[in-house]
Amino acid sequence: MQRTVFKSRWLPYLLVAPQVAVTVLFFFWPALKSLQLSLYRVSPFGDKSTFVGLENFTKLLADPDYYTSVLNSFLFAGGVTALSVVGALVLAGLATQKIRGLGVYRTLLLWPYGIAPAVAGIIFLFIFHPAYGILPYFLSFVTAYEFNWLLKGWVAMTLVIGATAWTHLGYNIAFYIAGLLAIPASVMEAADVDGAGPLRRFTAIVFPLVSPITFYLVVLNMVFAFFESFGVIDAVTKGGPGQATEIMVYKLYKDGFIGLNLGSSGAQSVILMAMVIGLTVLQFRFAERKVTYR
Amino acid sequence: MPQTRTCWWSAATALLLVAALLLAPGPAFAKTELQFWHAMTGQLGEAVNELVKQFNESQSEYEVKPLRKGTYAETLTAAIAAYRQRQAPHIVQVFEVGTQTMMLSGAVLPVFELMKEQEIAVDWKDFIAPVVGYYSKDGNLYSMPFNSSTPILYYNKDAFQKAGLDPNKPPQTWKQVEEYSKKLISSGATKCGFSTGWPSWVQVENMHALHDQPFASKRNGFDGLDVQLLINREFGVKHLGQLAAWQKDNIFSYGGRAGTADPKFLSGECGMYMQSSALIGGFTKGAKFKWGTGQLPQWGAPYKKATSIIGGATLWVMKGKPAVENRGTARFLKFISDTNQQMWWHVTTGYLAISNSAVKNLETAQHFKRNPDQFTAFAQLTKGAATPNSQGLRLGNFVQIRDVIESEMENIIAGKKSAKQGLDDAAARSNDILKEFAAANKQ
Repeated sequence: MQRTVFKSRWLPYLLVAPQVAVTVLFFFWPALKSLQLSLYRVSPFGDKSTFVGLENFTKLLADPDYYTSVLNSFLFAGGVTALSVVGALVLAGLATQKIRGLGVYRTLLLWPYGIAPAVAGIIFLFIFHPAYGILPYFLSFVTAYEFNWLLKGWVAMTLVIGATAWTHLGYNIAFYIAGLLAIPASVMEAADVDGAGPLRRFTAIVFPLVSPITFYLVVLNMVFAFFESFGVIDAVTKGGPGQATEIMVYKLYKDGFIGLNLGSSGAQSVILMAMVIGLTVLQFRFAERKVTYR
Repeated sequence: MPQTRTCWWSAATALLLVAALLLAPGPAFAKTELQFWHAMTGQLGEAVNELVKQFNESQSEYEVKPLRKGTYAETLTAAIAAYRQRQAPHIVQVFEVGTQTMMLSGAVLPVFELMKEQEIAVDWKDFIAPVVGYYSKDGNLYSMPFNSSTPILYYNKDAFQKAGLDPNKPPQTWKQVEEYSKKLISSGATKCGFSTGWPSWVQVENMHALHDQPFASKRNGFDGLDVQLLINREFGVKHLGQLAAWQKDNIFSYGGRAGTADPKFLSGECGMYMQSSALIGGFTKGAKFKWGTGQLPQWGAPYKKATSIIGGATLWVMKGKPAVENRGTARFLKFISDTNQQMWWHVTTGYLAISNSAVKNLETAQHFKRNPDQFTAFAQLTKGAATPNSQGLRLGNFVQIRDVIESEMENIIAGKKSAKQGLDDAAARSNDILKEFAAANKQ
């Protein structure tokens, strides 16, 4: 890799300064403020604030609703990651064949990534709607079971997982296409000559060679599912029915902005941040060994 | 040398632009601007803009600028954030569940104090009792009543006809609701009997008030901050247990929170619907069938018939503004509470007319005879026994509490929990929230 050499001593810092300013202003400073907020009990209008130490944290850890939201978050993130990464690999595999109209297919596959999560949520709401949705309509020919996501928690969870995974497919597919195209054709041909079937070729050659990409995407998808999935939940289920789709980031919003309990919301942000940092560190430590880099 | 010349030219141009901006002709005496943040959309939003325009055109000192900030919850959050930045609006529309939060916030200027300061006479006694009861403390109004509603029963007259029911007789008891629902379903007129909007507001808060049952201790929270919910008693368990049982036969069909169940009625899927009286305007435009209204059904004996409680919002004045601007705010509030404006607002939006004089004028003009549906809400609010249980609710963090109640209601209706278990859990979680509020507002 070439190293860029700057003639002046202060120019590189000047060029990086805007981005650093943005990162500090929009990421570090709010994070620090959340940390500070989590140690206080604040009245909604900010006129009364009492230092309560770790009381917000202890209250959270004693609250069964909080554990429900943690469980939901893991379920949600796991579902989104599994569906989105596996689906992306399959679709990328299909999109690297030599067929006509490949460019069109690829564009259509990548397109949904540009849709705002809230919009994707609404689309899936209409597909899943118990009264006028297309999916329950077709399913009604097969079974009498009512897929009413307003009352059945697992249907609501499936809906939001599906909507979120669908939006993120495009991103994953882009990476996988690049990865699959980087596999030299000679290796695949040699394997074919040696009598390896498509499945064997996949497990022995393709999968290990795209494993760095898989690892990266799994980490990224999990972080995305924990932090940025707010839009879908807010647009569609609002944490319901009961608390079936109340993930950590949504509970944080509800307690802070609807319930105006800013101290608890701050504590929840801190815990969420710590969890995701921990997850990322853990994944880098473990998976680093299993990933085969060339 | 050429660089210096360019430099001079740029400086000269910049100076010219600045001078032009400063000396640009502007209004000789600018009107004092007052910021009014609200949450009304669609037809209601247009009505707000029209009302504000009427005020602005009626005098030349003040200009009220209405701004829709989002939903009720979003508007409240925005006002709080702005207040913390010392950039609060002058007037903010807050929904009824935010009343306790606003009252104890220390950030508002109570309306009765504002009017006294500005020496503007307002006939406080003219406002209708349910509204005054809800928004007063120690007999003084803290916020200006603006858009008040109450839930009523809507029913599909065409469907009733098809099912062999009298289209001019809405059900008055819950037993009749069940009976009519069964007829509607068996005749194929509709798929389900009835649904509801705002599950907690209609089926828990208003049902308790209507049947003279306490929703919370301490006179529904009016008498103190150490409050506990009482929704898990016999009445609550009976009513919600019945809703859950009816869900199984499609007599009741749950449609989600807030107004998400509206399509169930408008599409003809359900023959009856319980929602805010403020939907009359929207239904008049949007319903493709003949419909009517009635008061909310009752269980009857042994429960006494009381009145329902109001919903909607009021206008709060934020503290910390200079006297000149407060004067404008006071004049605006006086304007909108004048009889003529109230009549106009009621007729245009469907919200209740909140002063007795306005109601009397409307009666004289035969308005209610021509629009009987508009009278249903008013009758339900005033023509029953006014008991301590039906004056309204004053609970802190009520938004969160409603969310808890509705989430447990979903568990009950889905059959995941029994009515007793769900209501016990809702009460327990809500009591924690109330304790937190009391601790944060130790007086």
